[in-house]
Amino acid sequence: MWRPVTNMREGFNRVPIEVRVNGKLYERTVEPRMLLVELIREELDLTGTHVGCDTTYCGACTVLMNGAAVKSCTMFAFQAHNAEISTVEGLAHGDELHPIQKAFADNHGLQCGYCTPGFLMSTVQLLSRKPHPTEKEIRKAIAGNTCRCTGYQNILKAIRAAANATAGSAVPR
Amino acid sequence: MLRRLRRFRIGTAKQGLASAVARPTRKQENRKTVYPNAFRYYRPATLEEASSILAELGEDAKALAGGQSLIPLMKLRLSAPSSLVDLNFIPGLAYIERRNGSLHLGAMARHADIENSAAASKIPILHDCAAGIADVQVRNRGTIGGSVAEADPSGDWGAVLLTLDTEVHTIGPNGARTIALPDFITDAYTSVLAPGELVNEITVKAPPKSSGGSFVAFKRCAPVYASASAAVGVTLGDRDTCKDARIILGCVGLTSIRAAEAEAALRGQKLTPKAIEAAAEAAMAAADPQADMRGSAGYKRVLVRALVKRAIDIAARRARGEHVEASHEYAGRI
Repeated sequence: MWRPVTNMREGFNRVPIEVRVNGKLYERTVEPRMLLVELIREELDLTGTHVGCDTTYCGACTVLMNGAAVKSCTMFAFQAHNAEISTVEGLAHGDELHPIQKAFADNHGLQCGYCTPGFLMSTVQLLSRKPHPTEKEIRKAIAGNTCRCTGYQNILKAIRAAANATAGSAVPR
Repeated sequence: MLRRLRRFRIGTAKQGLASAVARPTRKQENRKTVYPNAFRYYRPATLEEASSILAELGEDAKALAGGQSLIPLMKLRLSAPSSLVDLNFIPGLAYIERRNGSLHLGAMARHADIENSAAASKIPILHDCAAGIADVQVRNRGTIGGSVAEADPSGDWGAVLLTLDTEVHTIGPNGARTIALPDFITDAYTSVLAPGELVNEITVKAPPKSSGGSFVAFKRCAPVYASASAAVGVTLGDRDTCKDARIILGCVGLTSIRAAEAEAALRGQKLTPKAIEAAAEAAMAAADPQADMRGSAGYKRVLVRALVKRAIDIAARRARGEHVEASHEYAGRI
């Protein structure tokens, strides 16, 4: 997986990276200071991942890296080298919504929708690891996501419904 | 339309308008949306290599571990290193193992790894801390080595690890050394690490029998630093008396503060509400908080008293073998 870098003493001004996003392999050469969220939005045109606070607070930029939720505004693109990234675009199959998305829609788990991609990805991590989460586990799992419409009750409701809908079935990462 | 809106997001509204009219190329757009200063990137294969690159480049270069403090600082340009040496691709640095009565934590063990580690959870205070640092996303990235090396007075690990016998193992241009944690952190954001010297392991000695520890931190919400925290370790002797105690206060001084008088108030005593109250009062006097957006100095002192009381109670119950859940406290957690 890891490949040694030849021009070690000089370092990189541009870094070659290979990253799999929603199952598709991308090869890019990026500036070291490019953030992961910019790679996703600007280079790969996957604009479902949002930039909210840009200060590691709000979680609107949450994506999964190798199955773990991360704030993509607080990672450099080069850190995703050789990693599998999942974004909100990878959840639905064509017109068929992912069970978690459906639960958010059915339970009014979104108002303006700006924070929703982040909440969805945090929920994916939660349910892929704990298919039957307790109320406490649900609340802890979304503590890093902020909804400025403050629709938290319905978000909690949606996650409970999603847990029931996906229980026992595989949750795609 | 979305694309146009995206242009408006960058720069001031006026700049956004100008760029929408001038239709800049994607490349120009990107340059505006990148926040950190430009830097050179190094991806060493071993810690020794990382150390020698850092020593060669000097103070302008920084090591990148989890990046959950460094990257926000770089985005605000409060930190603008000329080079970053990435430790994330060095294999074999994220282990969590129990060997010879000690817990060995690789420097790149992430908070979430420690939270989910059965070996680490045998020392409950480590779980208290690991499970409550910031939020899920930050815990998935942040590392214990990075946290200890940063020596942030509001960081959580410093206070917790000081209640245990903790050693910091480092590798540097002058070879390896082992430093006891109390000697490692000297001031706010300052440790004894020499240029090019890197933490490679944190070793925690398993506490003796009839010991219990707990960490209680209060924060306003999950992603922020704690307003104040208390880390307590107690060892019980005959007839439920307190044989030994360590009480460390976090976020209320330039470094974590060891409240020696509070410890003395417990040593040799039965852990009655009165003794605990006396220790909490002494801890409150030892705190040296600064007023900031998290609260006034007076408020933080009162907070310290309450947190210490709670932490001693949980630590004592754990020392008696009770299973008690504890971690950071904040609104919204139930």
